[in-house]
Amino acid sequence: MYGTGLLKGLSITMKNLVKPGRMFTLNQYPDRKIGLIGLAKMQNTNALAFAVKKPGTAVKALVGMVSVPDRMPQHGRFRGEEFSWYEQRCTGCASCAKYCPLGIIRIVTHPSEQQIPEGDKYFIDVFDIDIGRCMFCGLCVEACPYDALHMGSGFEEGKYRRHDLVINKQMLNESPKRPSLWFRPQIEGKDYHPHSHEEIEWQNAGRHERPTVEQQQERWTER
Amino acid sequence: MTVKTEPVTINLGPQHPSTHGVFRLRVTFDGEVIVDVEPVLGYLHRGSEKLAEGRTYVQIVTLTDRMDYIASMSNNLAYVRAVEKIAGIEVPERAQYIRVISAELQRIASHLMATGFLLNDLGALATPLMYCFRERERILDLFEMLCGARITLSYMRPGGVFQDTPPEFWPALEEFIGNMPTYIDELERLISGNEIVLTRTRGVGLLNDVDAVDYSISGPMLRAAGVEWDLRKADPYEIYDRLDFDIPIGALGDTFDRYIVRIQEMRESIRIIRQCIDATPSGPIRAETPFFIRPPEGDAYAAVESPKGELGFYLVSDGGISPYRCHVRAPSFINITPLREMLLGWKMSDLIIIFGSIDIVLGEVDR
Repeated sequence: MYGTGLLKGLSITMKNLVKPGRMFTLNQYPDRKIGLIGLAKMQNTNALAFAVKKPGTAVKALVGMVSVPDRMPQHGRFRGEEFSWYEQRCTGCASCAKYCPLGIIRIVTHPSEQQIPEGDKYFIDVFDIDIGRCMFCGLCVEACPYDALHMGSGFEEGKYRRHDLVINKQMLNESPKRPSLWFRPQIEGKDYHPHSHEEIEWQNAGRHERPTVEQQQERWTER
Repeated sequence: MTVKTEPVTINLGPQHPSTHGVFRLRVTFDGEVIVDVEPVLGYLHRGSEKLAEGRTYVQIVTLTDRMDYIASMSNNLAYVRAVEKIAGIEVPERAQYIRVISAELQRIASHLMATGFLLNDLGALATPLMYCFRERERILDLFEMLCGARITLSYMRPGGVFQDTPPEFWPALEEFIGNMPTYIDELERLISGNEIVLTRTRGVGLLNDVDAVDYSISGPMLRAAGVEWDLRKADPYEIYDRLDFDIPIGALGDTFDRYIVRIQEMRESIRIIRQCIDATPSGPIRAETPFFIRPPEGDAYAAVESPKGELGFYLVSDGGISPYRCHVRAPSFINITPLREMLLGWKMSDLIIIFGSIDIVLGEVDR
């Protein structure tokens, strides 16, 4: 009979409309509606105590008029901006700048004049990343031999001017250090997630410690 | 009294929703019947092949993502295979399995998108497309677990993949593989029996097997024409010779066959992934390759069966850290060559679906 295919198709559409697990749900972003119980849980109280304390907000939450900011669910390996850079780890070798396919990392250094015979660490004057042109391929992170540079997980860095998108050394130092797990197996599998976990100190971010002066001298004499 | 008509030339595109990108067709109509077609290319030309000459072998991986941007994994695979061939790099077995799994996932994602947009072009506005996108979203979530990106993946490296799979990837993949056949069944029940779809697509845009071979068509379009040619069987790369799968072929080579071949290929991809999950060994995922690969002088061509067809990379090395020449055999570009012959004599509304059934990506056509 002509038209059975149409009816069959419409029945599938109806099924998808009501069947749990197959319904289209949208992630409510950037704000999420929250009920009274959820709101109370966020304040570490129970719903009753919260209603007594803030009756106005409680009534609003009950009728679904309270929303809280929310992040998109992401995997820990997400490659985003908010680069995490540890100055203590960086030697100024500029591997990241050399490896960047677009050449958007600018590094200016001068010798630190401290440990010249042992192989000097450079003092970093400028460390600029132009994330306006960055494509977040992560090759700079892969190239870093001392695990000083890590990807972040943000993606919402809208700015009004192009030059505001250049991250400099000061901004990198001040930004929260929540590195992404991308190409950093040493922090993977430790119950760490860039969104929820506290910041990671520079000692724990790398795969290996920077050799001490004694170790370097030892290696030097062996050679 | 006879009515005298004059042919009218209309520009379809470059900004047209059903050209799947920035593609321009100069179409001459006599009434509503197409009498001449002239494709105009190059609106998305970014010079990827030339840019590749100034980048190192690993950096070019990021360029290949942006060619066929809805099947980045396949592009990565084709490119890294060319580099491995020219530099003589042995790939660990685990890496090969992971690469095959991700390439097959990408095939499902790409075919879902092709099917969804074909129906969108047919006038089934948004509903089937949303069904396809819901399933594709799960694949993109899997890719996010693997490599932290959803579209421009850059997952593969010459010599393997950059990082091992996270532990939560395998259960998620199993779940996806378990659910996906029922979703494909649902999609097929929704579309295949629909009388309107059948009337619009059966016998429309015919391309027979002789013409298809003459135009060097590849991929689902060739198989829909009835030619059993799949690089995974004809010239097995990676681990495809150990896997058991069939090549679905069509009967006529019309628009409906192209759709049905894509649906069947998704089922075959699921079969492949299921075999790979059980067989994936443990071990290293990347061969020891230097930072800057310096292949010996010479050239190499490596091709893979991408969702669109045979995707090949031809690299010429002069011994330096970047290729002397890089050429891409882009399936989308070659698959639109018979467009004029397929369209002549059809009507305006058929143009959209015939063009949609070829499944091109303009990033790959123009490169």
